[in-house]
Amino acid sequence: MFSIYCPYCEEHREEEEFHAKGQAHIARPRDPESCSDKEWGEYLYFRDNPRGLHHELWVHAAGCRKFFNITRDTQNYEIKETYKIEAEPRITATQAQ
Amino acid sequence: MSEQMLAEQQTLIPVYALMDQLPETEGPRPESPLCHADLASLAEQGSREGGVRLQEQALLGHLVLRGSLQNESFVQGFAQVMGMALPGALESAAAGDASVRWISPDEWLLIVPGKQAFSLEKQLREVMAGHFSIANVSGGQTVLVLAGQDAVNVLKKSTGYDLRDRNFPVGKVVTTTFAKTQAVIRRTGQQEWELVVRRSFADYVWLWLQDASAEYGLTVTA
Ligand SMILES: [Zn+2]
Repeated sequence: MFSIYCPYCEEHREEEEFHAKGQAHIARPRDPESCSDKEWGEYLYFRDNPRGLHHELWVHAAGCRKFFNITRDTQNYEIKETYKIEAEPRITATQAQ
Repeated sequence: MSEQMLAEQQTLIPVYALMDQLPETEGPRPESPLCHADLASLAEQGSREGGVRLQEQALLGHLVLRGSLQNESFVQGFAQVMGMALPGALESAAAGDASVRWISPDEWLLIVPGKQAFSLEKQLREVMAGHFSIANVSGGQTVLVLAGQDAVNVLKKSTGYDLRDRNFPVGKVVTTTFAKTQAVIRRTGQQEWELVVRRSFADYVWLWLQDASAEYGLTVTA
């Protein structure tokens, strides 16, 4: 059991209130009609699987029900930061190198 | 878009269907999701000295308000009609018979006497403009009040949320896990807590609360 800081409720909550929703910051192509099959397939199905820092989309499912982002280390599960849906991460892999 | 359609859109006024869910005249008879438990009889017959007191506040008017704090007519309109301001994160407010809970940054739960929901919704819609919504969800949930010296012990069995005074002062409200469901939990007094639970889970919560409070003694109040 661990606690996650919800940037909307502005406090830490139990892990069981949250759900992970996969990789964050995936922009939907502005004009899907003009996408090649490869571009559209990559948008729909292909995700990063880094060893180390990863930006993920989570939802405070049993609380305020808002989606937000988490920067998490996939090696030791440490949550580095949580931030609102429209915000950019402050901690990135290129920074850490 | 055709010119005619454009003209129609410009003169369009928002259309919504408002229904009085508790009409004075003949109509559907409202029923609490716990009416089968007959809490009124239990209140008369049951124990009187429990460490936990439970009361259902049935058939209240529940209005879910959604809108932006940047929308002045939404914020000012609410204050004007309700005589209180929309509360900030994890806070609640009350004025007279009405109380309002923060649910999320753009969502509040207003609870009023059942008969007032219809006219208050109308009044709120008259003063609010722009992008907002009001949904009458009275039939979808009910209010349980848990009080007494052991009320907090029953809650400790039911939720992982930190209930200590410094984290959960009177007036605070959180939506969180409760048993195997969820509840909007508001602290209404030093030893008094209010739970808003979903209709479909009301019976489960009632059974859960009976079990969880058995060791302290449960008094049902009318
Ligand atoms: Zn939250």
